[in-house]
Amino acid sequence: MRLLYEENIEDIALGAAVLGTGGGGDPYVGKLMAREAVRQYGPVELYSLDELDDDDLIVPSAGMGAPIVIVEKLPAGDDMIRAFKALGRYSGREPRGTMSIEAGGLNSIMPIYVAARLRIPMVDCDGMGRAFPEIQMTIFTAHGITASPFAMSDERGNVLLMDTVSNKWVETFARSCVVHMGAEGMIALYSATVKQLKEAAIHGTITLAEEIGATVRNARRAEANPVDAVRKAVGGFLLFRGKITDVDRRIEGGWNRGDARMAGIDDFEGSELLLDFQNEHLAVRINGEFAATVPDLIAVLDSETGEPITTEALRYGMRVAVIAFPCAPQWREPAALELAHPRYFGYDVDYVPVEERYRGG
Amino acid sequence: MRIGVDVGGTNTDAVLMDGANVISSTKTPTTANVSEGIAKALSTVIADSGIEAAAIDGVMIGTTHFTNAVVERKHLTPTACIRLGLPATVCLPPMVDWPDDLRDMVGGNSHLAHGGHEFDGREISAYQPDEVREIARKIRDAGLSAIAISSVFSPVNSTFEEQSAEIVRELIPDANITLSSEIGRIGLLERENAAIMNSCLRQLAARTVDGFKAALDELQITAPFYISQNDGTLMNADFAKEYPVLTFASGPTNSMRGAAFLSGLRDAIVVDVGGTTTDIGVLQHGFPRVAALAVDIGGVRTNFRMPDTYSIGLGGGSLIESDPLKVGPRSVGYELTEKALVFGGDILTATDVIVAGGSEDIGDAGAVSHLDASLVAAVQARIMEMITIAVDRMKTSATPVPVIVVGGGSILVTGAIEGASEIIKPDHFPVANAIGAAIAQVGGECDRIFSLAELSRDEALDQAKSEASNRAVNAGANADSIEIVDVEEVPLAYLPGNATRIMVKAIGDLVEA
Repeated sequence: MRLLYEENIEDIALGAAVLGTGGGGDPYVGKLMAREAVRQYGPVELYSLDELDDDDLIVPSAGMGAPIVIVEKLPAGDDMIRAFKALGRYSGREPRGTMSIEAGGLNSIMPIYVAARLRIPMVDCDGMGRAFPEIQMTIFTAHGITASPFAMSDERGNVLLMDTVSNKWVETFARSCVVHMGAEGMIALYSATVKQLKEAAIHGTITLAEEIGATVRNARRAEANPVDAVRKAVGGFLLFRGKITDVDRRIEGGWNRGDARMAGIDDFEGSELLLDFQNEHLAVRINGEFAATVPDLIAVLDSETGEPITTEALRYGMRVAVIAFPCAPQWREPAALELAHPRYFGYDVDYVPVEERYRGG
Repeated sequence: MRIGVDVGGTNTDAVLMDGANVISSTKTPTTANVSEGIAKALSTVIADSGIEAAAIDGVMIGTTHFTNAVVERKHLTPTACIRLGLPATVCLPPMVDWPDDLRDMVGGNSHLAHGGHEFDGREISAYQPDEVREIARKIRDAGLSAIAISSVFSPVNSTFEEQSAEIVRELIPDANITLSSEIGRIGLLERENAAIMNSCLRQLAARTVDGFKAALDELQITAPFYISQNDGTLMNADFAKEYPVLTFASGPTNSMRGAAFLSGLRDAIVVDVGGTTTDIGVLQHGFPRVAALAVDIGGVRTNFRMPDTYSIGLGGGSLIESDPLKVGPRSVGYELTEKALVFGGDILTATDVIVAGGSEDIGDAGAVSHLDASLVAAVQARIMEMITIAVDRMKTSATPVPVIVVGGGSILVTGAIEGASEIIKPDHFPVANAIGAAIAQVGGECDRIFSLAELSRDEALDQAKSEASNRAVNAGANADSIEIVDVEEVPLAYLPGNATRIMVKAIGDLVEA
């Protein structure tokens, strides 16, 4: 167990933006919520799974809805607590702690708020090791952990409880209900025992986000190359350095989809990169050949500051570095891979782990 | 005839224009009491032109004074904030993301009340006038009269903010109230921050604007005067007293607008070369392209539409190192005329290299005749490479575009810029910023989320355009001259029902006095 203070939260937020691979929402609001809660209620205890009892019940907390809404209708705070407690009541068991459903973006930090207010442990693990747009896209789904019972609350005090036949049904119902809540709902889902999580969760991802954030901060302070620092911190590969030459966006089925083209510079002069995104970065092709795809992580970084660039912020003329790094190994098991396979996102291509593509080079 | 004035951190520039012609111009040092520097600059341009003060139709002033007050934590009035949105937003109260010293200075007196709207216009909770009345009493009893009022999604519906202002005025008749919906866009904390800063600055604004007026009176200039806003449009003196935050970042905007005017181009890249830095911006339809990201003012996050500029450490005073070759970012800055070789100093600067290259005749060319020709060529090539990369970064497509070079350091541009269809160095380039102030128009904006389930896209666009136009007219534009200069539509992700954010900007010519 170790304590998370304000400084840790800054680093986690920056690292979470890298792990957000272009999506997952701006962690700014989550960072402020966590910081204020820690100022008011004291530091949060971060536990690894090994430090908890196998029977302990852990209930992840998160927010869902439109990222643009959360910056305007700031959360009440009570809504998160209410959803969390409702789930505990429905389960008939007192949750021991909370955790992040996704290590990338806004939802990586939101549970720190719950942990601080309820003075319960935050567990150092998550269900994705990255960010994905839909509720069922977790390692948990592949391991048979159900998103149900599912609780969603708004600032008014409404609580919806759902018990569904599959995790995909939670996504379907919750996505339409959240609109009635003003496109913002606080949720609790995927409750699981520590024993289940030891098998199914991705361990140590809050610490990983924090390490990435600290690395970037230190590299900036030392005026070292932050891109290289990020690449080393995540054990990744530099796919490309280039300049964005074109960005095309469209709305398909309620998602932000699109692609960006880049022309290589320095060592990559003469090469062309095509980046596809749907809320998150999905696939990279260099000179027509796939270089990395989901579920591996693709991060686009400002070539000077190492700051991760979201899909909304991609713009002609930006000079960027594209790095890719291996997803959590759990994603590569057949049942999990099916949920986040390149084919699920419409690419007729086999999944090849990024380190196999880049082995030795 | 119009006079444009730009009050920068170092220099106060002024220019007197007759229609499109520059009659006279001047640069004088900025003074601690801003009005003194302005008075000096004004009297110089008038004397140089030989015209009567009575012939002047308007004076347009661009100033960084209010930005500096926030940055330097000076002259700020303690301000209370009322936010309508309960039960939402509780965990992040007003001023939550301010630096502690600034929050302490402003008072941190904030209150939450019921009200607010959803993105689609529904109410979050019923508005409760008695609750607001009770808060207003507390604010009055705390001795405060500067107040900011925000409400969730007030850019969609501002009625709760307006109703609350009425109640506050009943209890505090002389209240200085800023509504967040009057000055900001979607993004509650950022918009509210701007509203609070605005109320903080109003006393200073009243004093400063009255000081400008006194300086004009002394010179017997009876023409109306205006202050530049960050979007390149003007506000009249009374409006400036009400909305001082809208002057933030007007400097780069004026410089780019001046470049557009001097070159006659509406779509181009502007390269403004100063003594220490070069700022590159993009003109779209004659106005600066605005930044998409949040902008920090004195450590406070705001969402003003600031010009999207990219700065590099290159200017007339940039230090040159030969081995390895390095140009900037260190600079002798305002000491150029003492420290550069051509001015009898002992530091090799970018200006010295340009003089040695023979394209300019400044100071004592003999002092740089010893410079190695290959070094001169290498430095010139490096400067052009730095500018080329920065220009390329700001372009929106690969198509070549014209590049306008302005600012005192423009002599540094000696070669071609890859990706530029032409390079234009207009006359009067050193005072482009004052010219930008002189020629400014007035504008209005609309930024709202529309549900296209209820309205057709065309109806929503028309509604947004007419809102923006009405605001421009209210700000002093001639209704017949209104032009829509910017339309942006952003469909909202993760939401069915075709919610779309529409941003429209309208501008028009000032109604002549």
